[in-house]
Amino acid sequence: MTAPALSLKNLSKSFGPAQIINDVNLDIAKGERHAIIGPNGAGKSTLFNLISGLYTPTSGTVSLNGTLISGVPPHEINRMGLSRSFQVSNIFANMTVRENVRCGVLHSLGQGYSFWKSVTSSKAVQEKTFEVLEHCALVDKANTPAALLPYADQRALEIAITIAGGANVILLDEPTAGMSHSETDRAVELIRKSSEGKTLVIVEHDMGVIFDLADRISVLVYGEIIASAPPSEIRGDPKVREAYLGDEALPEETA
Amino acid sequence: MSDATQNHADLAPSTGAKFRQRTLPILIFVAIILAIPMTDPSRTMLTLIHQMAINIVFALAYNMLLGKGGMLSFGHAVYFGLGGYFCMHVMNWIEEGSGIWGSYPTFFLPVMGFVAGGLAAAVIGSFSCRRAGTTFAMISLGVAELVFSGAFMFDSLFGGEQGINGDRMNGPEVFGLSMGPMQDIYWFMAFWTVVGIVAMYAFTRTPLGRLSEATRDNPQRVQFIGYNPTRVRWLVFTISGAFAGLAGGMSAVNYEIFTPEALSLIPSGFVLIMAYVGGITYFAGPIMGAILLTYMSSMMSDFTEAWLLYLGLMFVIIVMYAPRGIAGIVFGFWDGLRGAQSGEFLKRTLIQLAGCLLMLLGLIVLVEVSIRWSNGWGEVFEPYGMHFGHDSILTWIVIVVPIVAGAAILRYLGREKEEMPA
Ligand SMILES: Nc1ncnc2c1ncn2[C@@H]1O[C@H](COP(=O)(O)OP(=O)(O)OP(=O)(O)O)[C@@H](O)[C@H]1O
Ligand SMILES: [Mg+2]
Repeated sequence: MTAPALSLKNLSKSFGPAQIINDVNLDIAKGERHAIIGPNGAGKSTLFNLISGLYTPTSGTVSLNGTLISGVPPHEINRMGLSRSFQVSNIFANMTVRENVRCGVLHSLGQGYSFWKSVTSSKAVQEKTFEVLEHCALVDKANTPAALLPYADQRALEIAITIAGGANVILLDEPTAGMSHSETDRAVELIRKSSEGKTLVIVEHDMGVIFDLADRISVLVYGEIIASAPPSEIRGDPKVREAYLGDEALPEETA
Repeated sequence: MSDATQNHADLAPSTGAKFRQRTLPILIFVAIILAIPMTDPSRTMLTLIHQMAINIVFALAYNMLLGKGGMLSFGHAVYFGLGGYFCMHVMNWIEEGSGIWGSYPTFFLPVMGFVAGGLAAAVIGSFSCRRAGTTFAMISLGVAELVFSGAFMFDSLFGGEQGINGDRMNGPEVFGLSMGPMQDIYWFMAFWTVVGIVAMYAFTRTPLGRLSEATRDNPQRVQFIGYNPTRVRWLVFTISGAFAGLAGGMSAVNYEIFTPEALSLIPSGFVLIMAYVGGITYFAGPIMGAILLTYMSSMMSDFTEAWLLYLGLMFVIIVMYAPRGIAGIVFGFWDGLRGAQSGEFLKRTLIQLAGCLLMLLGLIVLVEVSIRWSNGWGEVFEPYGMHFGHDSILTWIVIVVPIVAGAAILRYLGREKEEMPA
């Protein structure tokens, strides 16, 4: 039995008196596509911040492939193969698209903090950068300053930076939020392609996307996971309906 | 989607562009350096050029932090000074011939400055770089005060108020330079300036150089691509301190003396102004700032006792109206000339320039008249045979009219631009 890709044990986080994450237990198997849904302010982004090392848990633990990572600084967690994106685009606005992606590639290709060689001297870096740009359909915009990208492309760049380092556990925080239908479809394709053979944890509000993409769904309400099951079961779960899906139409029903 | 024939090489700047942007400027710079001795410059001129060389390297080192790293330091002269002081000691060891130092050429003293400045920055940076932003700036100020006052306590290291002096004409000669005459020092300065510029430019192209910019813009995201922003800042700080020390070493050889003033807040502030006025967003900005301000500080003090006031005024105006500095103005002008509506642009720029000159004229008369008036020695500002007494109504007309007219022109242009759609 191999260790799960991610394992959260009794995870809690409080900010002062406010308990935002409350005793969360969750195992995500290697290769699984796992969605986290829940109403606004439920603590989904906070959960991501705890897993990726931005916040330290108030109590409980996070393990990555069986190794304890709670309390480890974010850059070290990233080097252990966990990468995340942000709900609000968090890119290097003054750099071009290509430079953004290249920054994401550097560490995984052993460039470290080197200051004795040019960034362009490593063929591996150049090739990997191009490969990621191509993968995310950003080649045409490679030399555009990131700040000038249209919104949907900024979101694609956000994903590009996240996957550039070749992490095998990928956390995406609302990657399709604010996109049009056709943009969403393209983004979902990109996510599906990017997470092949990897473990994906995705926070999404778009039910269509989730039921399409996820192997398993966890429902987070007020910092607690009230259900964690395959999409078909989540749909029928009365607790979920009551707590979260209440007045929202499910894709099946709208069809 | 891209077609299959495209590859990663197509995305990089073309060889032609690289040559124009990187190789050509350095070639021009070297050509100027080689041409200067042919004009048989005077001693005053050489003194000025040497100071410019030192300041160019120092300002570029400083901009590694401020422009590329986003770290505002109020005490970077500490590393310039410590590098320079160490070079003074080495200079004296060379003279004594103690140990291996007897065979160390003075020409390579800046290497020692580089090492000393870098070591000092590595030690101090190990705690100051843990925080960015305002905290970092405050720590740099505190450290500068600390080192400056410490320098007066350790006389054997810093030589008290007299400082430490030495004689550069010792040790083995290299490149046939005895290091005595100013002409020899010229080549010494030329060599280290080019080395400094090329090395610091190359640094911006390295992985660490790129990460430094990434950390400046978005330290949080840097963590999630596998890098520790604190570590990036510390490394950049150390390298920047090392190049400041290199400039200190150039200064040690040039003046053969270092005093604690070199560590004080005054040169720290001056290097900030040089870099900022030149333009911190451009690599070449600090070079322009260093040349201009060195020139101003040595020449303008001969013309007017109010030159510090002009310096301050210029700094404030740049900060408020031209935050991209001289380089921003120069490159902006260049781009405008090559742009689509170059005729229109040129017209605008000339009117703008006229407005600025008018205001400047009024301001100069105002400053010069006021300073003589407040000195109370009955001196009168008399440029080109004119006579501007503070009690003459004509004087105040010459002050007020150009300032108001210039301001009106600039305001009008500003409005017009706002109304234009693009
Ligand atoms: N650093 C913080 N300090 C204090 N409170 C915080 C902090 N971060 C998050 N919170 C609070 O935690 C709660 C959950 O926030 P979080 O961003 O995790 O929600 P979310 O589920 O991602 O919501 P959304 O769907 O809107 O993105 C919110 O009430 C928020 O105000
Ligand atoms: Mg959120």
